[in-house]
Amino acid sequence: MAGEGAPAPSLKALFLGFSSVGLSGFGGVLPFARRMLVEERRWLTAEEFNVLLGLCQFLPGPNVINLSVAVGSRYHGVSGACAAAGGLLGGPLVIVLLLAVLYDHFGSLAVVQGMLRGIAAVGCGLLFATAIRMGIAVRDKAFFLPFAVLVFIGVALLRWPLPSVMVTLLGLSATLAYWRVQDAAAR
Amino acid sequence: MPLLADLFLRFALLFCVAFGGATALLPEMQRVVVEQEHWLDQATFIHLYAIAQAAPGPNGLVVTLIGWRIAGLAGALVATLAMCLPMSVVIYFLIPHWERFQGARWQRAVQMGVAPLAVGLVFAGAALIGGGAGLAGMGWALAAGAAAVNLRSSLHPLWLIAVGAGLGLAGWV
Repeated sequence: MAGEGAPAPSLKALFLGFSSVGLSGFGGVLPFARRMLVEERRWLTAEEFNVLLGLCQFLPGPNVINLSVAVGSRYHGVSGACAAAGGLLGGPLVIVLLLAVLYDHFGSLAVVQGMLRGIAAVGCGLLFATAIRMGIAVRDKAFFLPFAVLVFIGVALLRWPLPSVMVTLLGLSATLAYWRVQDAAAR
Repeated sequence: MPLLADLFLRFALLFCVAFGGATALLPEMQRVVVEQEHWLDQATFIHLYAIAQAAPGPNGLVVTLIGWRIAGLAGALVATLAMCLPMSVVIYFLIPHWERFQGARWQRAVQMGVAPLAVGLVFAGAALIGGGAGLAGMGWALAAGAAAVNLRSSLHPLWLIAVGAGLGLAGWV
């Protein structure tokens, strides 16, 4: 299902294309990935992008990294996946490690700690906003939002290990969803 | 078990259940890294989260920073690899079959079932970051303000982060 019209990108092109994506976004780079893949370089049609994104959102793990692996491996197998993911992560990795070195040296200063606490406060607010937005997007709220509450209780309040919480609750909620999907089809 | 191998196995396992991405994994990473293994203290964990917020790139890079603090450059690379590898392998083998699965009833059921769990996880992460940062009245007000602005306007989050950094530098948070 290679993109129509556009020739298969080389490993170098994959690396550079995803490098530009990785370095262009703060707090999530998915919109930049779409623009690069669909609009600028035309490696994927809008429809192909949606199919691949569906796979990446279906699976656990960071969506954008999953997406780079999916696109890279489509063109050049394992080496394509490495080139794309390496491009996506390489630049930000260097930047974040430089910041880490600075933190190792200056992290104990009160001003630096104050600044980081300010950023963490904003980050906390952004997380709440993300969670609210995700909650609004959940379909069939009466049936499914209770699962969000259960996860919160288990993970944030009771501090149970995540793998067992997720496996148990995903089993229950996916079973419920299986029924609801059928109901919707029957109506 | 050698530290690097331990780090790799724990993070690789976590990312097998990271529905909702690295953000959704914050509470569990904090539980394992701070409370269970005592690899980092609480304040450092929050600081690393803040640094990752302020840097460009995918959200998952907080994992790289955690690895760095635990075991230096090797730790950073091992943690990053552990984040990427499990699902990369799955994707590699699943891609040829994905178009057949997509839209199947079980596939839609899992996708629908996962969504509310991710919501709960991100809420838990938000509560944990706020609580762990030891926010007082002003800090929570800043968090609430940032959430409200982010929900109601299209202002780039980077501006909010800059405001937070400025207020924090001035010692107001």
